[in-house]
Amino acid sequence: MTTDPILEVRDLAVEFPLRQGIGDLVHRRPPRVVTAVDDVSFSLDPGEVLALAGESGCGKTTIARTLIGLGTATRGEILFKGRRVGGDPAEGPAISLKELRQKAQIMFQDPYESLDPRATIMDIVAEPLVVHGLAASEEQRLDRVVRALEEAGLRPADDYLRRRPHELSGGQRQRVVIASALVLEPDLLLADEPLSMLDVSIRAEILNLLNGLRRSRGISILFITHDLGIVGHFADRLAVMYLGRIVEMGPTRAVLHDPQHPYTRALLSVVPVPNPRLRRTPVILQGETPNPVDLPAGCRFHPRCPIAVEACRVTEPDLAWVRDAHRVACLLVAGASGDDAAARLPVDHAEG
Amino acid sequence: MTASPLLSVRHLTTEFRLDDGQVARALEDVSFDVLPSQTVGLVGESGCGKTTTVLSVMRLLPGNAQITGGTVLFRDTDLLTLGEPEMRRHRWKDIAIVFQGAMNALNPVMKIADQVREPILQHDLMDRFAADRRVDELLELVGIPRARRNQYPHQFSGGMRQRAMIAMALACSPDLLFADEPTTALDVMIQAQVFELFKRIQAELGLAIVLVTHDLGIVAEMCDVVVVMYGGMVAEVGPVDAVYNEPQHPYTQRLLAAFPDPSLAADLPAGGQDLATIPGTPPRLNALPPGCRFEPRCDRRMDRCREASPALVDVAVTGSGSTHRAACHLLGGRETGGPEAGGA
Repeated sequence: MTTDPILEVRDLAVEFPLRQGIGDLVHRRPPRVVTAVDDVSFSLDPGEVLALAGESGCGKTTIARTLIGLGTATRGEILFKGRRVGGDPAEGPAISLKELRQKAQIMFQDPYESLDPRATIMDIVAEPLVVHGLAASEEQRLDRVVRALEEAGLRPADDYLRRRPHELSGGQRQRVVIASALVLEPDLLLADEPLSMLDVSIRAEILNLLNGLRRSRGISILFITHDLGIVGHFADRLAVMYLGRIVEMGPTRAVLHDPQHPYTRALLSVVPVPNPRLRRTPVILQGETPNPVDLPAGCRFHPRCPIAVEACRVTEPDLAWVRDAHRVACLLVAGASGDDAAARLPVDHAEG
Repeated sequence: MTASPLLSVRHLTTEFRLDDGQVARALEDVSFDVLPSQTVGLVGESGCGKTTTVLSVMRLLPGNAQITGGTVLFRDTDLLTLGEPEMRRHRWKDIAIVFQGAMNALNPVMKIADQVREPILQHDLMDRFAADRRVDELLELVGIPRARRNQYPHQFSGGMRQRAMIAMALACSPDLLFADEPTTALDVMIQAQVFELFKRIQAELGLAIVLVTHDLGIVAEMCDVVVVMYGGMVAEVGPVDAVYNEPQHPYTQRLLAAFPDPSLAADLPAGGQDLATIPGTPPRLNALPPGCRFEPRCDRRMDRCREASPALVDVAVTGSGSTHRAACHLLGGRETGGPEAGGA
């Protein structure tokens, strides 16, 4: 057993060119780009769950897509088990897309749209085996499909093999999605909002299933979510993203207990708490996440930050250590020692 | 009773005719009250009848659905006895609705201001100039900048569209507003903005809100009273504080346990902790169990639960005047008959 990370992301940036209008061409304006992911670094150990949290447009899904080769990194590098994903093959040992997509599986949000309605569950779960040319014989294939279905909690698997997605409930569909990810016995699962479409009781079941897989199979999970209410039950570490950057990262308990970045604080304060005796004052940020085409200078959060100072308009903060593995990208936190800075951040700041 | 209810739903029963000729009873014997200026949460999982309840009260059910029993008293009028023209006079003017998914509820080829103005003109409440001023007021109230009044829905973000929907719902100053999952598909911060807006308009305009949601956290933060639905029936109803702190129905208890409490998350063991689950799946509405609808999934079921459907019985009357009631044989009480809150 090595303790080498299964996944390392270093200074990853992903840019998308904007379509140019006729005026841009006439005036020879340089093409503009959207920076969806900017300078993101993190690693993931075997059996670890890292939650990537943030609002729409913060870049979390772009990261997952890039990791699995569905998008191209503009800068930076991605190492899967020490081998590079994409990029120039001359620069060192690289992993082929085919091998990558066998070892790393992505699971999308909507179990209603990610399954072929005309295929049987057997066909759906067996398809990755066929694509990768694994399990040559019919029996081997059936055997692996049955094992994957049972691991995903669809027992007895025989009851499901010949059914089609429309005969299954939402929770069962999400289990089929999980089974078709598991059938290749991956080491890494990229779960993009796997719970957001599900009802409360089903959500709990699927979360427990993923938690069990991590324990029993040592599978690593990158858990992409906008719901900070659920990360405490699942993730070992939490990274909060804003406009393409990680603004805070650390052990989940440390971040939830003592959030440092004003954005993390605001996000945590608006997660509804199912306890009517605990009505708090939420920090409601006004406006919406700005357009990543025209990023503000300095700290990209400063226009919405309740505690921004003049320096925030000028200097872009780096992710700096607070204590232990807890890191924050905020001038007001990193400038001082963690404790002093935390004392200066108002806890119950209410926006008018 | 401190105030007479604005809306009083009694024994509401709604059935759907399915393609194969079967009948699915989507609502059975649903009863609850909404007091003026109160916020009531309708909560439950998909298919439990939350939306059907709203559409039944609004009389906006699809063609294959029929209300087969019960009364819906709005002030002193039973809405179920009205013809469509009379019902139309109440809709939007007295009772308005913010639909699920603001993306699809707005007309894509109509300017935002025109859509907000439409219900005002439909009800002939004022002339065009006055209506225009009213639209400006409404847009300001919900936080849509004046410069954007003549834009189209596709130029609006999800949160802004939901604000436009709310402005439209408020256009004729209703006393009761239904909001059906108004923040599904919106980001948490935008969701917080929308709920802040709901709280503000309620404080300013004093209207009652019925909030349909599956999020128990939202109910805890927004509502005075909660109606927990299961399989087309009311499982438990009462003041939010009482229901959350002393849930009586096993379904409510299991549902609350399955919902992660972020206020406790920081104290969980490293690597997380499994959540409580509710084994099994909700009943199909065309194959309902003969007794209590939760019986097949209930870990405290008794013989009686298989035989008879439990009626809502009083658990306690709390200070606020709202009664805490639950439909479970564990609480004793009658087996048939329904709740009668001091006569309709």
